[in-house]
Amino acid sequence: MVAALTRIFGVHNLALAEDVVQDAFCRALEVWKFQGVPQNSSAWLMRTAKNRAIDVLRRERRVRAFAPELEGLLESEWTLVPTVDELLTANAIKDDQLRMMFSCCQPRLREQAQVALVLHLLCGFTVGEIANAFLSGRAAIEKRISRAKKVLAGSKRLFDLTDRDFKARLSAVQRALYLLFNEGYHGASSESAVRAELCAEAMRLTSLLIDHPLTSIPSTRALYALMCLNAARLPARVDSDGNLTTLYVQDRSRWNRGLLTQGLRLMDSAAAGPELSEYHVEAAIAAVHAGASGVGETDWASIVALYDTLMSIRQTPVVGLNRAIAIAQAEGPARGLEEIHAIRDRHRLASYPFYQAALGELELRAGNIQVARAHFEGAHALARNSMERTFMQQRIDACDPFKEKLTR
Amino acid sequence: MSEFVYLYRGGDGPSDSPEQGEQQMQKWVAWMQQLGEKGHMKDRGQPLERTGKVVRGKDKTITDGPYAETKDLVGGYTLIEAKDLSQAAELSKGCPIFEYGGIVEVRPVMKM
Repeated sequence: MVAALTRIFGVHNLALAEDVVQDAFCRALEVWKFQGVPQNSSAWLMRTAKNRAIDVLRRERRVRAFAPELEGLLESEWTLVPTVDELLTANAIKDDQLRMMFSCCQPRLREQAQVALVLHLLCGFTVGEIANAFLSGRAAIEKRISRAKKVLAGSKRLFDLTDRDFKARLSAVQRALYLLFNEGYHGASSESAVRAELCAEAMRLTSLLIDHPLTSIPSTRALYALMCLNAARLPARVDSDGNLTTLYVQDRSRWNRGLLTQGLRLMDSAAAGPELSEYHVEAAIAAVHAGASGVGETDWASIVALYDTLMSIRQTPVVGLNRAIAIAQAEGPARGLEEIHAIRDRHRLASYPFYQAALGELELRAGNIQVARAHFEGAHALARNSMERTFMQQRIDACDPFKEKLTR
Repeated sequence: MSEFVYLYRGGDGPSDSPEQGEQQMQKWVAWMQQLGEKGHMKDRGQPLERTGKVVRGKDKTITDGPYAETKDLVGGYTLIEAKDLSQAAELSKGCPIFEYGGIVEVRPVMKM
C-alpha cells in the first residue's frame, strides 16, 4: 500500500504516503469499533486509503508536486480517479512492491538499513517491532530508518528503475530477504526464538521476485527453495511444551510435506544454468536433511562436502561452525572439536550462544562432562530469550550423570 | 500551432452500471493519453457536473440549472493544440463521447 501510494505521490512524498495509510487504518478501527470488522476487510481498507489519497491529491495538487510522470493526469478530473484506480489494482501493487524492494536496496544504504526499510515500508512493521527483530534499541532503529528514508527520498528515480538497476541490485535484494528469513528462523528476539511471521513475509516478497521474468533467475529460485525447505521444519522447531528443539531430536513427522515438495521442485528449476550461488548450496544442505528419516540416516559426508563448497563461496565463522558440527556427525566429536578450533575469526562467535552450545555438545559426546557443562553454562548466560535459556538449561542438566542416565 | 477548446456537449451522462462507467472513464483516459502522446494536449481541462445555477438579466436573477436540453449541456472542456481548425476537428474524432450520442464542439481560442 505504501509502495503503491509512493508511486502516485512521488518518492519525495514518502511520508505523505505513510500518513494516508496510517490514516486509513485509524478510520478503519474507528468504524469497525461500531460496525464490526467487515468480511472483506482488506478491500475496505484499500478503498478507504484510495479515497483519502484522492482527497489529498485534490487538495494539494496546486501546492505540491506529485510523481512527475503523472503530473498532468492527476491535475484533471478527467483522469484523476481512473489513474489512481489503475495504479491500485492488485497487479500494479505487486509491481510497485517489487520496485520498492529494489529501491530499498539502494547501494548507498547498508545491508541492515536495507532490511529495516523493507520491513518498515513493505511489511508494515512498526519501529518497535523492527527493534525487537534486530535486538536493537528503538532510538537506534528510528534513526536508521529515518536516515534511510532520506536517502530514498533524495533519489529521484525511485520507480523508473532500469533493467540494469534490477540486475545490479538483485543480489542485494536476495541478501536482504535471506537475512529477513533468517531473522525469523533463528530470531534473536527477546520474546520468541522463532518468528514465523518474518519468515512468511520474506517468502511473500521472494515469491514476487519469482513471478517477475527479470528477477526469476536460478539463484532467486534457489533462495526460495531454501526458504521452503527450512520453513517446512518450522512446525517442529518448537515442541508441544514451547521449547526449542534441534534438528537432531525434531519430530520429523511434523515437517510440512507440501513445503518440502515445493522446495525440492524449485531446486530442480534452480539447477538450470551454470550459476552456483550460496543459496543453491544451502538449499542442497537443507534438501539432504529433508530426505533423511532421522539423524542416523542422514548423509553427513554429503553435507560436509556441501559445507566445503559453501565455505569457498561465503567464508564466515557461522558457516565454519556448522561445517564443524557436520564433520563431528560424520567423523566423531574429536574431529568436530578440532575443526571448531581451526575456524578463522573464531572470536566473532564469542557472543553467539550456539557456539558455546556446540562446543558443549561435542565435549559431552567426547566424555568431557565438566568441560561440557562449563560451555553450556556460558551459553546459558548468553541466551537471548527464554526459549534459548530453557534449551541451554536442559543441556546443563544433561551433564549431570544421574539425569543423563535417565534421559538416555 | 494554435490553441483550441473542445466543449463536450450532451451524451447520456453517467452510465447505469459501475462497470460500464469505469469502462467509459478508461476510454476517456486512453483518448487523452493519445492526444498527449501526439503532442496536442495543452490542458486536460475538467469535466463538469450536470447541475448548476444560471444567473441572468440586469437584475441578476438566479435560476436552477440545467437549462435547455441535455443534448446542449456542456459536460466538460479540454484545451488542445493543433495546426488549424480542420486538424483540431479531425483529432476530436477519437473522443468516446460519440459512442453515446454526444457532440464535440471545436472552438479556436481567440487571439487578442
